[in-house]
Amino acid sequence: MADPILELRDVKTHFPVYQGTLFKRQTGAVKAVDGVTLSVGRGEVLGLVGESGCGKSTLARTIMQLVPTTGGTVFLEGKNLTASRAGEVRAMRRDMQMVFQDPFASLNPRMSVYATLAEPLHAHAVCADSEIPARVAELMELVGLAPRFMQKYPHEFSGGQRQRIAIARALALKPRVIVADEPVSALDVSIQAQILNLLAQLVRQMNLSLIFIAHDLSVVKHISDRVAVMYLGKIVEVGPAVEVIDHARHPYTRALVSAIPTADPDKERSRQRIVLAGDPPSPINPPAGCAFHPRCPHATAACKQAVPALVRVDAAREVACVRWQDL
Amino acid sequence: MALLTVTDLRTHFHTRSGVYRAVDGVSFSVERGETLGIVGESGSGKSVTCYSIMGLIPQPPGRIASGTAMFDGIDLLHCRPAQARTIRGKRVSMIFQDPMTSLNPYMRISEQLIEPLLIHEKISRAEAMKRALAMLEAVGINDAARRIRYYPHEFSGGMRQRVMIAMALITQPELLIADEPTTALDVTVQAQILELIRKMQRELGMAVIFITHDLGVVSGLCDRVLVMYAGRVVESGGVRQIFYEPRHPYTRALQRSIPALQQKGAELYTIPGLPPDVSKPLPGCAFAQRCEFASDRCRAEPVALSECAPAHWHACGRVARGEL
Ligand SMILES: Nc1ncnc2c1ncn2[C@@H]1O[C@H](COP(=O)(O)OP(=O)(O)OP(=O)(O)O)[C@@H](O)[C@H]1O
Ligand SMILES: Nc1ncnc2c1ncn2[C@@H]1O[C@H](COP(=O)(O)OP(=O)(O)OP(=O)(O)O)[C@@H](O)[C@H]1O
Ligand SMILES: [Mg+2]
Ligand SMILES: [Mg+2]
Repeated sequence: MADPILELRDVKTHFPVYQGTLFKRQTGAVKAVDGVTLSVGRGEVLGLVGESGCGKSTLARTIMQLVPTTGGTVFLEGKNLTASRAGEVRAMRRDMQMVFQDPFASLNPRMSVYATLAEPLHAHAVCADSEIPARVAELMELVGLAPRFMQKYPHEFSGGQRQRIAIARALALKPRVIVADEPVSALDVSIQAQILNLLAQLVRQMNLSLIFIAHDLSVVKHISDRVAVMYLGKIVEVGPAVEVIDHARHPYTRALVSAIPTADPDKERSRQRIVLAGDPPSPINPPAGCAFHPRCPHATAACKQAVPALVRVDAAREVACVRWQDL
Repeated sequence: MALLTVTDLRTHFHTRSGVYRAVDGVSFSVERGETLGIVGESGSGKSVTCYSIMGLIPQPPGRIASGTAMFDGIDLLHCRPAQARTIRGKRVSMIFQDPMTSLNPYMRISEQLIEPLLIHEKISRAEAMKRALAMLEAVGINDAARRIRYYPHEFSGGMRQRVMIAMALITQPELLIADEPTTALDVTVQAQILELIRKMQRELGMAVIFITHDLGVVSGLCDRVLVMYAGRVVESGGVRQIFYEPRHPYTRALQRSIPALQQKGAELYTIPGLPPDVSKPLPGCAFAQRCEFASDRCRAEPVALSECAPAHWHACGRVARGEL
C-alpha cells in the first residue's frame, strides 16, 4: 500500500498462563495475536472477521495500545506506537478511537449521556464550552438518538441505544482512525443500516479509516473495501471484500461464508452448510502446522508440517493455505 | 394449553420526565417445544417484556401496571415470591443480552455455572462440577477443564456469551428465554449453538423465546414470530407468513433494511425518523409518524390487532380496511 495510515508488522500479543496457587509460575501463553502483518489505507475500511476467540478484540486493543504487545510493531502515520512514551500515545488517542464490543461495560453508569459526550469535547478543548450542548445534541442526532434523552443514564437505555452512545462518543473528537469492535451487532437492521450509512459517509467526507470487526458477513461485505479473515491469532486470508466473501479461497473462509444465515425460511431450512468437524483449537497449544488442519475438509499430510505463510495469490489477495492452487 | 401465556402486559417506568411506557399491552403465548422469535426496533421493549416475566424489573422506577404471565397454570406476575423462585432459574431460565454485567467478575466461571444446580437440585458439588464441565463443552468451549477455572475477563466476548448460554441450559429448563444470545458469535459457532438449542428442544421439549436482530437466524430457527414496535406488538404469525407475506408497514420496512439484499456500496435503506416518545400519549398507531402509508386516521385512531389469515395478526388500520 502506497501510504498507509496504520501499519502492523508481525504483531504478537500473548497472555501468560500461570499454574500453582501459592508459587505461581508461568507454564505457557495464550497466543491471542500471533504474528499479524496488515495495513490500512487513508479512507479505507478494513473488515476483520473470524471465529469467536480468534483474537479480533485483542488485535483491536493492541492497535489502540490498551494491552502491551509481546512482539512486532504498530505504526500510526509512520510513527512507531509500540516504542512511544505513554504521553505520546495519549496524544494519539485523539486521532484513534475505539468502539468497544460490550457497550454495557464501556459506559460509565454514573455519567449521563450528556456528561459522557461532553467530557472528551471539554478535555480536548474541541470547541468553546458554551458550544458543548449543541455539539452533544448534534452527536446524538448523528447516531439516531433523540436529544431529549440527554440527561438519561446508561441503565435507562436499551442495548442498542447504549451502543449508539458509545459510537457517538468515539465520533466526538473527529478521529482519523476508528477501531470498531462489533459496533452494530446489538442493533436492529434499520438502525444498523443507519449506523453503516453514517460510518460510510464519515469515511468519505473525513477520509476516516475504519477497522470494522463483525460477525455478520453481509454487513462486512457491504461496508468494507478489504476484508481480513483471522483464525487462531493469525490472518489466513485478506483481499478485496467482495472477492473474499463471494470467492473465498481459504477453506476456513469458505466454511464461514457457508454458515451465513439468510432471511428466507425455506432457503434457510434446506441449505447446505460446511459443518466444521471438531472443536475450535486451543490458543495455548495450537495444532502443529496449519492451525486449521484438524477441522479442514481438505487437509493433507503437508498441512501438519509447517505453518503456512500468507502468500500473494493474485494482485490483491493473500491466502495462508498450502493447497490454495488445488482448491 | 400453552406453556406460557402473557396477556396485556404493561410495564412502565416512572422517571423524572414522565411515565415511560416501555411495554404497553403485549400479549403472546408459547407452546411446549415451540420457538417464538421476537424482533423489532431497538428500544421497543423486547428485553423489558422478558425481564417482566423473570421478575427482574427494578421497582421503582419500574412498575408492572397490568397483565398476567401464566406459566403452567401459575401467574408469574402475581404468585407468591417463594413459588416464583421454584420456577424462575429452574423451569424458566434466561440468557441475558449483556454477558459482562450478568456474570460476576470476581467469581470463577465454575462457581457461577454450578450455582443454579446447587440452589435448585439436590446434588453434590462434585456432581454439579461434572455437569458444568459437560455443559461448557457442549457450548463449544475447548480446553473446558482448564478454562472452567478462569474469571470472566479472561474470556473473549463470544466465550462469555457461551458461558451465559451454558448457565441457562444447565438446569434443563422447560422454557428458555434467550435475549440476543448469539450476537457476539461468529456464524459457525452460532450455527453450533442453534443446533444445541434445537437438540434440547427435541430431547426435552423445551420451549424457546428467542430475541434477535438477525432475521436470518429467525428464519432458520423460529416457528412463530412477534414483531414489536414502541412497546406494542405490531404483527405476529408463522415464520413463513412474516417473511413471505408481511402485512404491517413496519415489518416490511424492517425487511427492506437487510443489508444482504441491497447493492454493495449504495446507501442502505433506513426507516426515516425516530421512534415516538412513549411518555407522551399516542392516540393512534405508534408507527404512523414514520410510515410512508400513514393517513390522518392512522395518527388519530387507536388500532387493535386483527387476524388476516389463520394465526396471522397485524395492527395496521389501513391493511385491515383493505386500503393497502
Ligand atoms: N430502568 C429503566 N428506566 C427507564 N427506562 C428504561 C429502563 N429500562 C429500560 N427502559 C426503557 O425501556 C425501553 C425498552 O427497553 P428494552 O431494553 O426492552 O428494549 P429492547 O427492545 O430490548 O431494545 P434492544 O434491541 O436495543 O435491546 C427503552 O426505550 C429503554 O430506554
Ligand atoms: N486478559 C486475558 N487473559 C488471558 N487470556 C485472554 C485475555 N483476553 C483475551 N484472552 C484470550 O485471548 C483469546 C482471544 O480473545 P479475543 O477477545 O481477542 O477474541 P475475539 O476474536 O475478539 O473473540 P469474540 O469474537 O468472541 O469477541 C481468547 O482465547 C481469550 O480467552
Ligand atoms: Mg471480541
Ligand atoms: Mg434488549
